[in-house]
Amino acid sequence: MAPVDIGERLRALPGGSAVTLKLDPREYADHYFAVLNATLRDVGTETDAHTIYVTVTNPASFVWGLAQALDVAQDRISFVDAISHIMMDYRNPLPNATYIESPRALEAIMLRVEYLLRRNPHPRSIVVIDSVNSLAIHNPPELLTEFFHILLNMLKSRQVLTVVLEVSDEEASAVETMLNLVVDETIDVAREGP
Amino acid sequence: MEAPPENAGVRPAPVGGGLMAPATQLERCVTGIEGLDNILSGGIPRGNMVLVAGSVGTGKTTLCLEFLVRGAERGERSLFLSVTEASDKLIQNLSTFEFFRAELVTNGSLVFVDLPVLYDRLGLEHEELTEEEIGILIRTIRDLVRQLGVKRLVLDSLTSVGYRIRRDERIRDFMLRLGLELSDAGCTALLVSEIGPTPSRYSLHGVEEAIVDGVILLWNARRQGDILRVLQIIKMRGTSHSQAQYVVELTPIGLLMAPHLKGGQGEGQ
Repeated sequence: MAPVDIGERLRALPGGSAVTLKLDPREYADHYFAVLNATLRDVGTETDAHTIYVTVTNPASFVWGLAQALDVAQDRISFVDAISHIMMDYRNPLPNATYIESPRALEAIMLRVEYLLRRNPHPRSIVVIDSVNSLAIHNPPELLTEFFHILLNMLKSRQVLTVVLEVSDEEASAVETMLNLVVDETIDVAREGP
Repeated sequence: MEAPPENAGVRPAPVGGGLMAPATQLERCVTGIEGLDNILSGGIPRGNMVLVAGSVGTGKTTLCLEFLVRGAERGERSLFLSVTEASDKLIQNLSTFEFFRAELVTNGSLVFVDLPVLYDRLGLEHEELTEEEIGILIRTIRDLVRQLGVKRLVLDSLTSVGYRIRRDERIRDFMLRLGLELSDAGCTALLVSEIGPTPSRYSLHGVEEAIVDGVILLWNARRQGDILRVLQIIKMRGTSHSQAQYVVELTPIGLLMAPHLKGGQGEGQ
């Protein structure tokens, strides 16, 4: 199958869309960088959007380092970091990040996204959730299902483009099944190529 | 001092919304706290006296302060009667709100009164207030509200006043009379009630919740060791309202609310 331009696919989506990007765990590093490039630079910078990056997988400082390599301006991205606290890695907070004590505080994630959307009113906003797998480590499927159902609908009503990262397994998990119900599109980076 | 406009920020209650038939369209006091107004079908019915009950650190005072600042911004003169904290400190805390402007205090839109100072000036010196002293206190609050044209009032806290009105029948009488005076003046009031972390009632004496028009409950819920600050409207006369639980966060742009996730499981508080 011919490689797909993820950025082009995302740019073509109407406001309020929600999309899952499935990454192959065997080629995670390549896929992850391709996804960052597509979301933060191709869509974020090129369409003059503001990105709210919810990170549960890596600390915001790590993602910010990659974003800087992609020439993403600091005022174009805000982080909701739900992992640094639990890793006891909170000594040098980023000025464009807000920190949540635990990835189990799902309501706090919703509220911080809401807060950042209000603080950065922008014609085009993107919310990236990295990742459903990391959230699933800390939260039972029923709770996570409810979380995604409410959050994605809230973002849809605000015309925010939502990108959910998922490292795909062979078998569909309960959360993956649920995600299929609430997202508009799934882009399988593993199958279609970065 | 220029009198604030009478109906600024007021909108009529929506028709319908819930099973309760809207007998009359009650005028609303739009709190300005978006999430709260949403779950109250547009705001607190004007003139209602509402208990804001919760244990320590649940955000009662912050919620009340935002209610007053939002009101003052809308041109509704707002009065904070403080028993537990000095006004200077409260005003200092207000600077954490991005929407707070110091002019609201200097131009008299937002007024702070320390109740202990008022007690001294009124000569209310008994440890337990007598019936006569309770009458003086009510008349003083009434006069403040009328003379200043106050449309929003916060008493922080009713519990502290309740420690000096020790008998149930006297606190009942105090609240009934205060409620009438405030309602007549079209003044919407929030009375802070300090309760324990696992309360069996919403107030010190247990009679207060029966008299007030509404109860907003705040508490700290636990999930796998993490604490979530939760809000629920227990009752609100004159309006349909949500009965669900909401997680709240106190932010520089004000109180934000999100549904309390249950993951398919019901739970007690």
